[in-house]
Order: sequence, then structure tokens, then C-alpha cells
Amino acid sequence: MNRRRRRTPAALVRAAPGPAFEITLDGRALSALPGQSIAAALWAAGVLSWRTTRQSGRPRGAFCGIGSCFDCLATVNGVPNQRACLVPARPGDAVTTQEGHGRADLTV
Amino acid sequence: MPISPSDTHDLAVIGAGPAGLAAAVTAADLGLTVALVDAAARPGGQFYRQPAPGLGAARPQALHHSWGAFARRAARLDVHRAAGRVRHVTEHHVWAVTRESAHWAVHAVTGPDGAQGRAEVAARKVLLATGAYERQLPFPGWTLPGVVGAGGAQAMLKAGLVMPGQRIVVAGSGPLLLAVAGSLAAAGASVPVVVEAGGYAGYARAPRTLAANPRKLVEGAAHAATLRRYGVRIRTHSAITAVHGTDRVEAVTLTRLDRDWRPVAGTGVRVPCDALAVGHGLVPQLDLATALGCATRRCPDGTAALVLDGRQRTTVDGVWAAGEAGGVGGAELAVVEGELAAYDLARRAPGGALLRRRDRLRRFAGAMAAAHAPRAGWSDWLGADTEVCRCEEVTAGRIRDAVDDLGARDTRTVKLLTRAGMGWCQGRVCGPAVAHLAGETEPAAGRRLLACPVTLGELARE
Repeated sequence: MNRRRRRTPAALVRAAPGPAFEITLDGRALSALPGQSIAAALWAAGVLSWRTTRQSGRPRGAFCGIGSCFDCLATVNGVPNQRACLVPARPGDAVTTQEGHGRADLTV
Repeated sequence: MPISPSDTHDLAVIGAGPAGLAAAVTAADLGLTVALVDAAARPGGQFYRQPAPGLGAARPQALHHSWGAFARRAARLDVHRAAGRVRHVTEHHVWAVTRESAHWAVHAVTGPDGAQGRAEVAARKVLLATGAYERQLPFPGWTLPGVVGAGGAQAMLKAGLVMPGQRIVVAGSGPLLLAVAGSLAAAGASVPVVVEAGGYAGYARAPRTLAANPRKLVEGAAHAATLRRYGVRIRTHSAITAVHGTDRVEAVTLTRLDRDWRPVAGTGVRVPCDALAVGHGLVPQLDLATALGCATRRCPDGTAALVLDGRQRTTVDGVWAAGEAGGVGGAELAVVEGELAAYDLARRAPGGALLRRRDRLRRFAGAMAAAHAPRAGWSDWLGADTEVCRCEEVTAGRIRDAVDDLGARDTRTVKLLTRAGMGWCQGRVCGPAVAHLAGETEPAAGRRLLACPVTLGELARE
């Protein structure tokens, strides 16, 4: 067995994060670390998409990672169109896959 | 809202990246009162993005170059903050700068995502250090989850200690790709190949500029050594021309390019991977500047940047700029320009050495921009059904129809006919590609009334 410490981002910067907490994506529990954005927590869980497009319903997630492309829009705690790459994850956050413009409640 | 004269700073610096941070601390050193307004919670900008304190990173410098100089500057900022000379206005997304009767008003929305509220900062002079964002050239499959910006992958790694996959191809053009590939590999990803559409021979065409910038050569050699250590291959004159997978990336097709970046038929090779980090250099962020009326120029890499004089002054009286806004040139140049601007703002003469360093680094930036500038043939790798505008899901076919059949000759007309560039990102991502497809020869500096989204509720509040 390879006993050498596996290379990871956390090992690279010798991170000793605070205690992990739970957020949910469409009701599924995921673990997040303090300081991580919602997008980072989702990537850490292997999730790359949390939005579907307005026209063709295709999956999208974080792309530019700095808040300028708006591809990572998510519905967080019921509020749609939040940039997941900018918004910090908080304990108990409920992220739901945002469908289209995320304002189905306003449809008449 | 009324602002009393006591709230008016000598200087508002917009952006706390390498240029803005250097400008703010130097201006404070020289006796000015400064408001350093930035969208992030901590200084450093995109270049010195760092893990949030909660992640407890003991060695953030493992993901950075020249960390020591940044850390010293950040410590100087803390001293100036404690002494009340600099007000570090964090998590403020500036949407406009306006000229009032006796001062400049910097209008911002607040909070990590700009959704918390609204604020205004007043200053007698303004320095724009707004940085840049990544240039993207679309290709078939680039909207599939797992395809991310190269700068995006770097930002998510630096700030959140996460990566989009385990086996990541890095592609596009420009020096950032080498840094990104090195970081991802050091953080444990397998990076089978870095795919550069241009080449590195272009630098050799500017031997004197290279010889005058030995630190840049050392930087390049360091990147090359890192990539060798992790077994990362570099393929030049090549591009990713297809992405495979249904709901996420499973493989990409790597194709050779000719001199004009046209794909060479029959050269495609399938490379298995679970993510692709892609980007074609950087685009100066000029929304605030162009709204103020600052003149722009065309850079050798095809982007628009601000016209600046030798003292970092824009063409608008009272407005200075430093760093990428004056043409993409990297963090070292940004720091020098920030310091130069601060000297001029404080009406002090900078040392000749600083001026010479700026000019030398600017020349290097020019050589770099020319070496990696996209060649016109890139659009040959687009299919008719390739999405160009990610927000509004507008395909290359629809844009070509607007150009060929309806006579559109510029991005604005294409936008009116197809909605390309009309979505959330306001054309920041698709802009360069749409301009090329429309046959624009001069880059149009983005003109956006608001530099970031502002709710009608915030606009209506007075």
C-alpha cells in the first residue's frame, strides 16, 4: 500500500479547516467546510451542475468561478438567482436546482 | 443620499487586487486618505485569492507566486486601516462611478453576491484597478458540466480548495494555462495535457524584451519545471474541438491547428478526462471606465484597454487607472502601475527605476499578448449548433444567419437580432466571439450602464 500522503488541495496548503457542517442539495445532505462557497461545497461533493437552462433545460454549474458569467445561479433557501461561486455556504443551507429563471412562482 | 465633506476621501481605489492594493498602501504612505473598495472580503483580487479563514490554510502561498510581497503589502494595509488612513470597504460591488459637484460618487451594492443592500463612497479622485476576466472562445460541447474556465478552476482551487474533477485537461492559450495546470497537478489532479492554440516561439521574436525581463524567464522556467515534475505534456498549435459526454465531461477531442488556428482535418485525438479547464487569456474589465467616458485603445491581443499617459492618468480628468485595465500585463506590472499612480495622485515624483520597470514590463506584456492573440481561423471549429452565448443559448448558426442573411456587422446588431449578449453576464463571456463572428475588426470596449446587476428596488431607493 502506498503510505505516502495523497496529494490534495487541503494537503497542499496544510489546511486545518473548522468542523464540517451540512447543507442540502434538493434534499440530499452534503458536507461543507467553513469558508467554502456553495459552489465549492458542491464541487467537493462531486456535483458539477445545479441549474437547468431556460430554453433547452440543459444542466449548468460554475464556469468562471469569479462571479462574472452567472452560469452558477442557484436557488438558496428559496431565493433564486444567487451566484453559488460567491455566496458562502452556511450550516443548514437548502440549495435547490434552479429551473430556468427560477421564478416559476410568478408564472401566471 | 447627502455626503458630508468629512466623509469624502482624497482617493477612492476601485479593486483590491495587486494594482489597487499597491496603489492604496502607497497613497496612504504618501499621506492621502483612501477608500479601497472591493467586491471580495479580503484583499488580493483574483490573483491573490486565498482560502477563507475558516479553511485554516497554514500555507496559502503553495498556490501563489510572489506571496511574500503580497503578504507584506497586506500587512501595510492593516497598519493604515488601524491608523484610519485607509478604509477597506469590502464586499462592495461597484456598479457606477458618477461625477458630483465637488466629488466622485462610487455606487455599490453590498454583500458577497451584491444582494444585501446599497452604499455610496465619496472621494476627490478615483483610481480604477478593476482587473480583468477570462476570454472565452466557444467550441462544440463547452457548455457541458465539467468544462470550466481555466481562471475559474484556479479561483475555485485557491479560494475553496476544490477541483472540478480528477483528470483535468487544460486548454486555450496564454501563460495562465501553465500556472493553472501546475496548481491543479500540485493539488493532486492528473493533468494529461496542456493544449496551447498558439505557441511559445512568439516570445523569441522579442529577444531584447525577454532579456530585459529576466524574472519573467525564471517564472516561465519554474512553470515548465513544475509541469515536468508532474508529467504534464504540453501540446502547442492545438485546440480542444469537441467535448464528449451526456451530462458531464467524459473525454475531449484534441486537434492540431494551422497557423491561422484552423483545425487540421484528420488530426483529432480523443483524450479521456472528467474535466476541462479552458481560457484564452484575459479581457480588461472596463465597464466603469467607459461609462465615465475614458478613451480606449486596441491591444496586440485584440482586447480593448484604457488609454493612459505616463502617469497612469486616463483621458478623463480626475480618474487614474492601473493594472489590467490599461492592458493585460500580469501582477508584477500591476503593482508597479499602482505605485506609480499613487505617486502622481499625491503629486510626488516617482523614482526613475519604477518608471523604467513599468515600461520594461509593459513591453513584455505586448510581446506576450502578440504571442497568444487568437488567430481568425478559430471560428472554423464551431458547429452550427455550438452555443456561443451561454446565457441566452444562442448558437453559432443563428449568429451567422444574422450576419450573412440579415446584414448584422457588429455585436449590438447581432444582439438585437438574436439576443446573444443580452443575458445575465451582459456579453462578458460571448462578447469577443460574437464580435469576431460579426466581422468587427476593432474591439468594442464593453458598454454597460450598470457594471454589475442592481435590483430595481435598490435603484429606486434614495
